[in-house]
Amino acid sequence: MSRIQLPRRRFLALSAAGLGGALLAGCDRLSETPAVQDVLFSAESLTYRVQRLLGGRDALAREFTVADLSPVFKVNGSSMPEGEEYAALLEGNFVDWRLRVEGLVANPLDLSLEDLRNLPQRTQITRHDCVEGWSAIGKWRGVPLAIVLQHASLLPTARFVVFHCADVYERALDGTGQYYESIDLVDAFHPQTILAHSLNDAPLSVGHGAPLRLRVERQLGYKHAKYVMRIELTDRLDRFGRGQGGFWPDRGYEWYAGI
Amino acid sequence: MSETPETGLATPSQTPRRLAVYRHARVTRLTHWINFLCVSMLLFSGLQIFNAHPALYWGQFGADSDPSIFELGADESRPGPPAGFARIGSSTFETTGIFGLSRNASGEFAQRGFPAWLTLPSWRDLAMGRRWHFFFAWLFVGNLLVYVVAGLANGHLRRDLAPSRRQLRPGALLQDIVDHLRLKFPRGEEARHYNPLQKLTYLGVIGLLLPAMILTGLAMSPGMDAILPWLVDMFGGRQSARTIHFIAASLIVLFVCVHVAMVLLAGPVNELRSMITGRLLISVEDKHE
Repeated sequence: MSRIQLPRRRFLALSAAGLGGALLAGCDRLSETPAVQDVLFSAESLTYRVQRLLGGRDALAREFTVADLSPVFKVNGSSMPEGEEYAALLEGNFVDWRLRVEGLVANPLDLSLEDLRNLPQRTQITRHDCVEGWSAIGKWRGVPLAIVLQHASLLPTARFVVFHCADVYERALDGTGQYYESIDLVDAFHPQTILAHSLNDAPLSVGHGAPLRLRVERQLGYKHAKYVMRIELTDRLDRFGRGQGGFWPDRGYEWYAGI
Repeated sequence: MSETPETGLATPSQTPRRLAVYRHARVTRLTHWINFLCVSMLLFSGLQIFNAHPALYWGQFGADSDPSIFELGADESRPGPPAGFARIGSSTFETTGIFGLSRNASGEFAQRGFPAWLTLPSWRDLAMGRRWHFFFAWLFVGNLLVYVVAGLANGHLRRDLAPSRRQLRPGALLQDIVDHLRLKFPRGEEARHYNPLQKLTYLGVIGLLLPAMILTGLAMSPGMDAILPWLVDMFGGRQSARTIHFIAASLIVLFVCVHVAMVLLAGPVNELRSMITGRLLISVEDKHE
């Protein structure tokens, strides 16, 4: 709007441009003001409540057919966890890997890949939406999280499921950087929420989160934790990382990523 | 508009005399400026979000290895310094300095879809861009609802925006197009009402573009796609919805440019005052009174 060249109106146009510039510079300052952040961040709980109200607990994400699959499913985030422990598990083809389920449960579990494959399975072809904007369609197979949680038997105080991962995405100065994510019990018991061990009929590649990753289909990609090593049931999220319930939520992203 | 009788400012003996007419109701003025704020914030934070993956696709999916229909990027393969480019279909334009490659706060060239001075925040921060976007998206939707409900209740939409049958005649439309091209603005009694192109444009923006922004925005939400599966289907898939979101936003920018140009040409002080105080000065010849 400031580009219109009208000599008589030049002053107004320049004023508008100046105002626009000042507005954006002001918004930069506001972006770093905690009180403003609190106001902006309040939209997340409104979105969460409205989507839960409209969708209820069990609205299903669209499932596609084999004809809809992305030719290449993009690898994003960590593509190879560091450290000897993961390297040794990979070397042994994850035979020695165990999924620990603990926290506010009556029966803590240690499950091998074999154990998980022997539980009832679900296969789903779904669209993965990255927070960056791209989408990919893949065929996932795994055990519904609800079945694992039923085996573990939740204590009444459990409110969130936390997924602890093998990868450190970016080690920060405060020592955080270990990837983790968390979901509420509505999503945890949703029929499409699965612990996936295969993508497109093949065991998960390292890039896609071998040996096990979460699929929580009504939320964005960063919630779908890869390299899941440990599942912890908890009543509060402020005990983990920087307290916002996930690696990316700790870095300003929405904990509820249904949008 | 026209809720209270106009007040004559000049003495009756003068011809023509200038009349202050009550042009915009309070709710129209209030929602106009809130909408201006929301659309501005949504645009600049939207460009920040776009920059996280500066490519557009058609269909259900789309990522790096899939063919894109629009892309902003930097070409680092050729010898010498990288060049910014914008690609639409198979046509590529060099856009170094603006699109694809532009200077950051410290003056160095960096790969970036839209430049720092068009994004909110100016630095690369998808998380904050999203926070701004969704906060103002809620405010924008609420404001639009207030406007539409009030516009139906007080008759603003029917009386001021719906074109009359006479205005929709081909001859009248053609005449209005010619008048616009000649920058001939309505005077006197004609200035009391919106002209046909103005009405159709406002209705198109309010009735088509703004709802399209909201619906394509919702269609990009994986949560909403589970709740309203037909919504994303209506646009041919999530990546199509994202592309339409971008195109509709571009059309809104085009509308704002034309809108502001028209205000400047028609008399910015008078027009701005009418959207602040509600009163617009028009010249009316005595014989009409």
